[in-house]
Formats: sequence, C-alpha cells, structure tokens
Amino acid sequence: MSMRIRLNGKEREIGAGHTVRTLLRELELEPGMIVVELNRDILERDSYEDVPVREGDTIELVHFVGGG
Amino acid sequence: MSEFSEVSEVLDAAEALDRPLVIGGHELGSRLIVGTGKYATNQIMVDAIRASGADMVTVAVRRVDLDRTKEEAILHHLDPSEFFLLANTAGCYTAEDAIRYARLARAAGFNEFVKLEVIGDESTLLPDVHATLAAARTLTAEGFKVMAYTNDDLITALRLEDAGCVAVMPLASPIGSGLGVVNPYFIREIKRRLQVPVIVDAGVGTASDACVTMEQGVDGVLMNTALAAADDPVRMAHAMRHAVIAGRLAFLAGRMPAREIAVPSSPKAGMLD
Repeated sequence: MSMRIRLNGKEREIGAGHTVRTLLRELELEPGMIVVELNRDILERDSYEDVPVREGDTIELVHFVGGG
Repeated sequence: MSEFSEVSEVLDAAEALDRPLVIGGHELGSRLIVGTGKYATNQIMVDAIRASGADMVTVAVRRVDLDRTKEEAILHHLDPSEFFLLANTAGCYTAEDAIRYARLARAAGFNEFVKLEVIGDESTLLPDVHATLAAARTLTAEGFKVMAYTNDDLITALRLEDAGCVAVMPLASPIGSGLGVVNPYFIREIKRRLQVPVIVDAGVGTASDACVTMEQGVDGVLMNTALAAADDPVRMAHAMRHAVIAGRLAFLAGRMPAREIAVPSSPKAGMLD
C-alpha cells in the first residue's frame, strides 16, 4: 500500500500509514530544525505524532537558510 | 585573528560612548545588522559575522532541499543562543506570500520579529510599498514585531510606523547594488520624523557608505552583499564595524560647519618678523 502526496513541490510516493512524525523520520529530518506546513496550515511541533499524512496532501517542509 | 585583537579593544571603548540600540524591546549589541546570504562558504560567513560585531542576523525561509545534504540549514552554522535570528520575507512579491513566510518563520520558535519585505519589481528589487503596508498591518495585528524594508519615501515610512512596525528600514540604494546612500536628505527626513528606530537596509557597498549612512543620524544599518561579495569578507566585516561606529560617533559628536573658505588652525598672532 502506498499513496501519493505533494512534498516540497514534487509528487512523491510514500508508504501508507504515515504520520508527520514518521515521514520526517523517514526523510532523516530533525523536527526541531524545520517547520511543517500541511495543506497551507502550519503544524505545531508537538502535534507531528498525531497528524496523519493522507493521500493527496500537500506538505511543505521549510527551514532557515542564508539570506539578507 | 590576533592582528585584530587590539582593534577590538579600541572598538569596545568606542561603543561605550553610545547607548545601545533597542528595537521592539530587544537590546542589540551592535548598530550593524548583517545578512547570512551569498557567502562562498559557511565558515567565511560565520567568521565575517563574528568580525562585524553584529548580534542580529537575517535569515531566509526556504524549502528544505530533500535531494541534498543538510549543510544549507543555517542553524547548523549559527548558534541561535549567540545570534538573534531575524527572519526575512525576501523573495515575496505579494502581501499574502510575505504573511505566509512570516508565519512559517515564527513557527520555527525563536522570536516574533520579522524583516518584512515585499518586492515590487524584479530588476530593481524596489519594494511594493502598498503591499508592504498591507502585510505590516496584518502581521502587527497578529503580534509580530515587524521591521519593514521600504523605499526612502517619508510618507510610506510614517504609515509603516502608524501600522505598528517596531523599525522602519529605508533603502540606501537598491538591494545588492553597493551604490551607497543615493538620497541622504530623505534618509535624514525619515529619521527626523519617526519615533521608532530607522535602520538603513540595502545598498551599502563599502565602509565609507556605512559611515556616511550612520552620519545621517539613523539608528543602524543592515547589509549583506557588501560583506559577502567583498574579496575578503572577514576584513571587510572589521572595516564595517569600524565604519558604523565611526559614523555613529561622528553624528553624536556633531560635525563642524562646512564652509567654502579656509580658516587657519594655528594662531595668526605670534608670527616672527
């Protein structure tokens, strides 16, 4: 079982049954270093474990980079 | 770095002749605010920022590049307990986008400050002041401490202050141009009329530009490219630290009147026959 999501602007196939927390773990991203936007809503960090990732979700993972 | 250590002591003494800059209740250790973009390496960036003496640094919000290493994350290089991270909305062309980026930045959990910039034109990168004002009103209502990048227009600066911005940041000249202060009169007028701190943001190219900027009486200066694009960013950062302090102290000291005739500095009396 797999599902398609839109992750940082690209279509991506991931396994079913993910939460935001397990998706970040699979991507080897430290939750404390990034901000997650799910379908245009910013998620609280302590909610990652409770928020399921669903077919068709649009997820943006952002962080701070160098800028002026 | 030992060649600079003596200079640093002199600078500490010079900084003691001024009072600290406070923006939105936050006290800064320097009147120089620096960006973190466009450096050849992260190590040069960190060394240059340390040399500049700046403790507030700007950062941008971008997608995590899932195909590359995590090297690009600024938090791997700058300790947020050492530097105050001022997130920007650079790259945004609408109020809606700028608000979205500001909210994402705040969710990172460091502070409620944002360097608001809404660009109106791709070739000059001049700000869209209408969109900036609209975004500023929304963000201040949401509790953000907005430091607004704007042009050197007094009326816009006054409106941004009315909108609740904690600092107004007119440009010296276009972003990344290095042209210095093209309109010192308007910069002085903005400073004269506003109560909130005025930070000149963008356009400084070299140390004399920073010095002239501070001599207009503004509260601080924000720069990125002038350091990052110098042949030796660390050396330029030392120069900028000096220049900002020099310009500030010259402003506080009050310059002599300029005149177009010479006046001798030595007594006329007591000359030999």
